[in-house]
Amino acid sequence: MSAPAIPIPAAAARKRRRRLPFSPWHLVLIPATLVLIFPFAWLLITSVETSSEALRFPPLLTPHHLEFSNYPQALQGAPFGRFFINSAVVAVTVVIGNLVLCSLAGYAFARYRFLGRGLLFALIMATLMVPFQVTMIPQFIITKWLGVHLLAGVGINHIGALILPNAATAFGVFFLRQFFRTLPIEYEEAARVDGASRLKVLWRIVLPLSGPALSTLAALTFLDSWNNFLWPLIAITSTNNMTLPLGLATFQGAHSTEWPLLMAGNVMSLAPMMVIFFVAQRYFVRSVAATGIAGA
Amino acid sequence: MLAPVAALRRQRRQPATRATRHRDRVRASEQIAGWSFVTPGVVIIMLFGIVPIVWSAVMSFQQNNLLTGNTPFVGVSNYRQMVHDPIVAQAISNTLVYTALFVPGTMLVGLFLAVAMNRQIRFISVYRTAAYATMAISTISEALVFIWLFDPSYGIVNYLFSLVGIGQQPFLNSTSEALYVIIIMTIWGWTGFAVVIYLAALQGIPKTLLEAAAIDGAGRWATFRRVTLPLLSPASLFLLVWLTINALQLFDEVYLSTAGGPLNSTSVLVYYLYEQAFTNFNFGYASAIAYFLFVVIIIVTAVQFWGGRRFVHYRS
Repeated sequence: MSAPAIPIPAAAARKRRRRLPFSPWHLVLIPATLVLIFPFAWLLITSVETSSEALRFPPLLTPHHLEFSNYPQALQGAPFGRFFINSAVVAVTVVIGNLVLCSLAGYAFARYRFLGRGLLFALIMATLMVPFQVTMIPQFIITKWLGVHLLAGVGINHIGALILPNAATAFGVFFLRQFFRTLPIEYEEAARVDGASRLKVLWRIVLPLSGPALSTLAALTFLDSWNNFLWPLIAITSTNNMTLPLGLATFQGAHSTEWPLLMAGNVMSLAPMMVIFFVAQRYFVRSVAATGIAGA
Repeated sequence: MLAPVAALRRQRRQPATRATRHRDRVRASEQIAGWSFVTPGVVIIMLFGIVPIVWSAVMSFQQNNLLTGNTPFVGVSNYRQMVHDPIVAQAISNTLVYTALFVPGTMLVGLFLAVAMNRQIRFISVYRTAAYATMAISTISEALVFIWLFDPSYGIVNYLFSLVGIGQQPFLNSTSEALYVIIIMTIWGWTGFAVVIYLAALQGIPKTLLEAAAIDGAGRWATFRRVTLPLLSPASLFLLVWLTINALQLFDEVYLSTAGGPLNSTSVLVYYLYEQAFTNFNFGYASAIAYFLFVVIIIVTAVQFWGGRRFVHYRS
């Protein structure tokens, strides 16, 4: 292909004349990146200092030796392993609950005609707008009642209380319903004609076509559940049932100025999510970007 | 599949043939299938979403104090109390100041970094990952790190200030500075989110449009101002609405770093509401504050969407 005969624009000519050996954007991005990762770096450095090293001004930029004993000491102060297990159990169960229950409900709203469908869907949509603060007090009372009268495992101060209220969300139902409606209905009709049950159509035809939507819902639900603080703060009181953010906040309350200890605890709290995030970075980033595209 | 209503009515009046009997059976089974598919999810959403919305509306008209037990209706007295409560006034003003600085701050930082990162240069994935990493950190971890960074006596920020000749600052211990420290920490925490949204939008802009602008003689700044920025406006509106909703609900960072202090200078609406509900157990009063917040969020969001329509350019 030959170049079209147009005069070289001034901007392009300028660009050609002064060319650095590297992109000038590095000069912007390197300082910006340093600012972004500095809190992480400082957190790591403080976590291996002795308390006398931390309580110095001017601060010690590099510790004299690495004081790893802060970590076992923090573990003695609070069961971070236990917090991690609680967080993981809650997040994984909530994700599975959402995938199953929101798929079922979203599919029925997308494809079936049944009495009250419109009203029910409108009610669910209405809850999407309501901030959690409006529902949290009755949710607390209901959870307490359920624990006393129905099943202790979902009552106040049990991790079931962190799972059940979030096991199906209005957002999940709405999101999957919108996605299912974009799928071609012919496959589903053909499978029905061939004698597949409705559940089988959903399980074998619809869900395999919905990989991107399901993974987006899973990633967003997981992040939400993992970082949730206000509801666990209300619902959980005993240390053994705390999730990582709540456990860390409680640990901070007990050791308010022991900075190396606090930072060691903080490293242990955020490390699992960091690892998960880096391993599945593409997947999380795609999911978050999808909310923007859907919203915009 | 979706037969018009009139056609359905006609069918019903016809005598039952084999075909219509079959169709009725399909419709009945669709009723059963529909309800059985939605029931598990809907029960949960009803119980923890819809019932609480109605319940807290009722509670906001009651004197509901967990400690006394009985819950008499008191009309609008909770709302009247709110109007006369100086801490509510302070909390509203703090929430507004916070939102007014946090939202544009995060959007500008996100836009700037996303533009810088929207190119294939060496180490670009390192730069991007550094920004994304702020998405993985919980609000509590974030707040705990920043309390330490901004520690008045031993914090590194005061040390950096001293290097450029600024005296030691009290930061979170100061009524005039604490809210700004919280603004800085939350902007940092939301940077990754804003970068992801803007970067996705930037990558959706067709190269041909930018090339066309360059051929027409537009410089880089003019291209950015007149082509890129308008094409980013749907993403900007989304961020504006989303960040505002979250800003109005600020809680975690305040809870961990200042607990509303010093002297209520960082008390925001949700923090005050939480205190009323779960420290003082004034469920009625807290519900009234929650409903006030709800109305504020609805109004602000509606205004933003309405106002946004004039500035947002959608590509067809």
